Amino acid sequence: MSAADSGAGAAASGRRRPEVEVTDLAVRVERTEVPIVEGVSFSIEAGKTLGLVGESGSGKSTVAVGLLGYARRGLEIVSGTVRIGDTDILALDQKGLRGARGRIVSYVPQDPAAGLNPAHRLGPQLREAITAHEDLPKEQLEERVTELLESVDLPPTKRILRSYPHQISGGQQQRIAIAIAFACRPRLIVLDEPTTGLDVTTQRHILATIDELARVHDAAAVYVSHDLAAVAEVATDTAVMYAGRIVEQAPTARLFATPRHPYTAGLLASAPSAEEAHRLVGIEGHPPRPGNWPGGCAYADRCPRALPECRAAVPKLVEESPGQLVRCINPVPTEATSEVNLAVPVPAAVAASALAVRGLVADYSGTRVLHDIELTVPLGQTTAVVGESGSGKTTLARCLVGLHSSWQGEVLLGDRTESLRQAAAARSSEELREMQYIFQNPFGSLNPTMTVVENVEEPLRHFKRLSRSERRARAIEALETVSLGAAFADTMPGRMSGGERQRVAVARALVVEPSVLVCDEITSALDVSVQALLVEQLRDLQMERNLSMVFITHNLAVVRSIAQNMIVLQQGRIVEQGSVDAVLGNPQHPYTRQLLEDLPRLEARAGSRQVA
Amino acid sequence: MSANATTPDVIAAKAPRAGVGGRAGRLLRGALRTRRGQIGLLLTLVVVGIAFLGPLFAGNPTALHGGPFEAPGGQAGALGGDSLGRSVLDRVLDGGWRILLISAAATAMAIVLGSVAGVVAAYRGGFADTVIMRTVDVLLGIPSLVFVLMLLSVVGSHAWLVIVGVGLTQAPQVARVLRAAAQDVSERDYVKAVAAWGVPPRTVIRRHVIPSLLTPLMVECALRLSFSIILVASLSFLGLGTQPPTADWGVMINENRVGLAQNVWGVLAPAILLATLAVGTNMFSDAIARANLSSGPAGDPTLQMALSASNVAEGDEPVGLEAIDEGSQ
Amino acid sequence: MAPPATAEVQRPPESEEEEGARWWQSPIAQMVWKRALLGILTLVLIAVIVYFATTVLPGDAATAILGQSATPARVAKVEAELGLEQPVVQRFVEWFGHAIRGDFGTSLSAAAPVGSHGGSAKEAVTKLVNEKLLNSVVLIGVTAIVSTLLGILAGMYAAFRRDGVFDTGGSVAALIASALPEFVVAIFVVMLFAVNVFAWFPALSLLPPGESILSHLNMLVLPVLALVIVTTPYVFRMTRGAMIEVLDTDYVEFARMKGVSPRKIAFRHALPNALAPVIQVVGLNLLYLAGGIVLVEAIFSYPGVGLALVEAINGRDVPTIQYIVLMLAVFYVILNIVTDVGVLLVTPRRRYPRS
Repeated sequence: MSAADSGAGAAASGRRRPEVEVTDLAVRVERTEVPIVEGVSFSIEAGKTLGLVGESGSGKSTVAVGLLGYARRGLEIVSGTVRIGDTDILALDQKGLRGARGRIVSYVPQDPAAGLNPAHRLGPQLREAITAHEDLPKEQLEERVTELLESVDLPPTKRILRSYPHQISGGQQQRIAIAIAFACRPRLIVLDEPTTGLDVTTQRHILATIDELARVHDAAAVYVSHDLAAVAEVATDTAVMYAGRIVEQAPTARLFATPRHPYTAGLLASAPSAEEAHRLVGIEGHPPRPGNWPGGCAYADRCPRALPECRAAVPKLVEESPGQLVRCINPVPTEATSEVNLAVPVPAAVAASALAVRGLVADYSGTRVLHDIELTVPLGQTTAVVGESGSGKTTLARCLVGLHSSWQGEVLLGDRTESLRQAAAARSSEELREMQYIFQNPFGSLNPTMTVVENVEEPLRHFKRLSRSERRARAIEALETVSLGAAFADTMPGRMSGGERQRVAVARALVVEPSVLVCDEITSALDVSVQALLVEQLRDLQMERNLSMVFITHNLAVVRSIAQNMIVLQQGRIVEQGSVDAVLGNPQHPYTRQLLEDLPRLEARAGSRQVA
Repeated sequence: MSANATTPDVIAAKAPRAGVGGRAGRLLRGALRTRRGQIGLLLTLVVVGIAFLGPLFAGNPTALHGGPFEAPGGQAGALGGDSLGRSVLDRVLDGGWRILLISAAATAMAIVLGSVAGVVAAYRGGFADTVIMRTVDVLLGIPSLVFVLMLLSVVGSHAWLVIVGVGLTQAPQVARVLRAAAQDVSERDYVKAVAAWGVPPRTVIRRHVIPSLLTPLMVECALRLSFSIILVASLSFLGLGTQPPTADWGVMINENRVGLAQNVWGVLAPAILLATLAVGTNMFSDAIARANLSSGPAGDPTLQMALSASNVAEGDEPVGLEAIDEGSQ
Repeated sequence: MAPPATAEVQRPPESEEEEGARWWQSPIAQMVWKRALLGILTLVLIAVIVYFATTVLPGDAATAILGQSATPARVAKVEAELGLEQPVVQRFVEWFGHAIRGDFGTSLSAAAPVGSHGGSAKEAVTKLVNEKLLNSVVLIGVTAIVSTLLGILAGMYAAFRRDGVFDTGGSVAALIASALPEFVVAIFVVMLFAVNVFAWFPALSLLPPGESILSHLNMLVLPVLALVIVTTPYVFRMTRGAMIEVLDTDYVEFARMKGVSPRKIAFRHALPNALAPVIQVVGLNLLYLAGGIVLVEAIFSYPGVGLALVEAINGRDVPTIQYIVLMLAVFYVILNIVTDVGVLLVTPRRRYPRS
């Protein structure tokens, strides 16, 4: 770990002893002894934050709770030490652990809505965090609670203390969870994806609060996330996890500027940027599941730099450059320049529109949720609809495809001069075929009782008269266009990963040869490397077939990557619209500016720190 | 399958037809892989075997063989005599099949009536839903046994009336379960996706909703059979089902309980058989419900989603979940 | 439009006291109103079914009452008593009018008025049945208390020691016990504790006339035991399932991360969230008991409403049957409302809507 480069106290006493030291942490499944996490070691100095990055199933969350001496149901910590200050957490008995949790090391859960007890008011939940460790007279206790609320920027009123968790907003819930975590001034605070699911602005505030509190208390922090950009902003050092092991670890700026492990490099290449459009390079395949870890490097099967030796033994974590530990025998060279062409192909500008929306207003159970929406999708291009939760963007998508029918205004498809009818049932078969909708959640949109190919055949049954074999052939062809192919045809959706299912959903939309695709947050449930693959797939299909798309998302970086035009929705109204380059390059409306400003970005730290 | 013509053999070979029959079979096989399912089926088959094969070996169940409650091994046979001196063994062998047939018929009626009402209520909604659910509420407002007793007390004891009565008391539960399941399924995105193609509701129900109802339906079948058997036997016990002197396990328990101290078998034998049957069918229905939890594709969509949703979430559970659940039972 | 920076720190909603809502607008009161109205409708419909099932169904009522061998003269007399010559709807309206005023007519059973008036004396149905009501209430009440406490504690213990010996054994025992017909359970109980193995308690609860069951508690033991055996498994299973689910939630995990003691986790963090389904199953158990007492009272000759019903059915005592069935239906409706209120009380999310 790098020497202390700031901190007045540190300079005086020379090298500071790390506040937290983890060595060889290993966790496995109790019954089958299948390893989940192996040989995880790191140290953190007081006041510093370690970012722990990984995709689903990498074991990062398991490590996070392991720092509190906790293993989720069915798992057990088999070895390792977690030293915080002078306490070895893993050597404590149950009673000792209870004393340490919350006082020496504390935890902020991923989803505060699920982390706060729905049966109790917030006051008792806050007080309990203190009384579990300290016996305070009533007045002092109330004083501490007031102090805590103020420290997380919540008004210390009776009203908030008497609220139930469901009565406050997501951001407020997370603030309460943070207040609970800091209640006894712990030495280490573990943040398990604390901002997932929050809007960027809320996320920005939460991150600032955490930063502030950690600094005031001079506490060490571990920040677990799948969001590279968020980690880039908060973490002083970052460790990347893959299949239960740390594969690369370095000061954050260095890690993001010159990744040495091919997986880290792959993750970074997958991440879209809000600054400029570039081709996203995803990572094919998926991580091995626990129990199926290969003998050598777990990443070898997906690695472009793999050598035969990679499969012989698990590589050691070695210091490739000062402060940068890499678990790879053929690391990415530091001076690597990308030989891949990352320029984004741009569809030709045309005058004809594939879809035009004029003066659309929509109501949801009596309340107006969309006001006067104007939107044009030029033929063969993509128009993004951007907004945070509650902006009405999903309702807009559902109006377009006729799943939501209480709207007025005009929706003109292709060169038709007459608006589509409100409900899908009232539209002509041809109109329905031409515009296809892809749902956000790939786990709900496929019929789990049918095979993959049957799912893809479903719209053909309705729109085309085909023989059985012809239908199946077309469905398999569609699966091939999303690079799934015939091998997947007869599997059940339940056996596939989220990315694969979403590709099946795309195939099902494409099989009837639509002219317009309405994609509703289709990448938000996916890991970044999978998102990259899907985005590129859509781009290629668009170029090939002259497809037009409405791309609904909250992610501005994805917008930059795939769309040519965009509208920004706030509370059901368009606040800004235009070409993506214009809107993102020179935002006019304060709301758009705020969104862009609050967006965490990789470049920030990588750029500034690297130069210094 | 005509599809074979256009696709390579490799695929055709491993292509499981996802028809309703196939999935029902998979669910049953899943149930039979659990210990609970095996024991349940075994217990059920033993009693069903005795009930239907018994009459072939039974002597005259109404013939008198000496004094009341004669000890086992005497004139009345291996299980002794009953309250009137008839052979307990002969009566046990002859006393089960009516209960089984009547229960099966009542279950069939309950399932047909209940599932139609439930699905119609879920799909028609509005007035039809109100009427059906009100009826269900009213029927549930009278305890099942009391309802059937009331019918029988006035009209007299007839097998057909027992079937209708028991069927009517079990149908509301089936309707409730299936209405809830149908509503749940129709809220899912894959059903909405079909609606967005303008597919008529009738087709949506037939192709997408009904197949998803298979699991709750099968669990209900086994469960309702179990309850029907209990009800039918209880009616006989109270003297309003099968009428003496016809042999019937429920009737026997009632007739012979005054002689418990002299010949316990007159009560014990039919009681053990009824208990075994009830436990067996109940265990099997439980096993089907559990098989659904652990089976992959055939499983209930709700649960599938819950399991797979944790895969998307950033938590690292998927590992734990699968590894753990596979091990148990 | 508020600037986005401050939009996030929105005002928490008003708490219930400050809302200025009248008590009858509270979610609980609204639900009770709605349920009560629906309940009354249900009761009226049940009354229709009961009346028609007992008096209009094929199988002429008078003959049903008197038996096939009745003389024509007696049949005519009973028909006149029942007012059978009037149109059906008019008869129902008349009957219903009396019924809601608590007048269900007089018992037709010859055996009923054993009292001082001699053979042909008529006793009001309500009076005859109400005398037995207390005995049944005691039976149901004691059973409900025992099975609820036992089921919740055992269910919680099993959930905490998931897959342990107690959990596995308890689940199998619950499966078996819940499957058994109650008259079979009752017979086994009699064989075990009264006749064949031990002779600890009386096989029949023959209460001397005019005495309360509370002064003969030994007669209560076996009927209660039989009913506890058949009802406890449901509470056990539901508590266990709900607790297991709750113990796996993030908020229980978060509580552990705060360093909260296991006992507090069980009773403060987990149990309140598992209560809703448990309350529902206790409600179902009570409903079930309302029917279950029929068989158990019949087996033990326990002097309650259930036995009265069986006797009335055997004696074709139509007014008594009507009264008891309607009473059970009233119990069902009230219990449903109480259960729903209970569930609402332990679910703050529904009690204080987000507005």
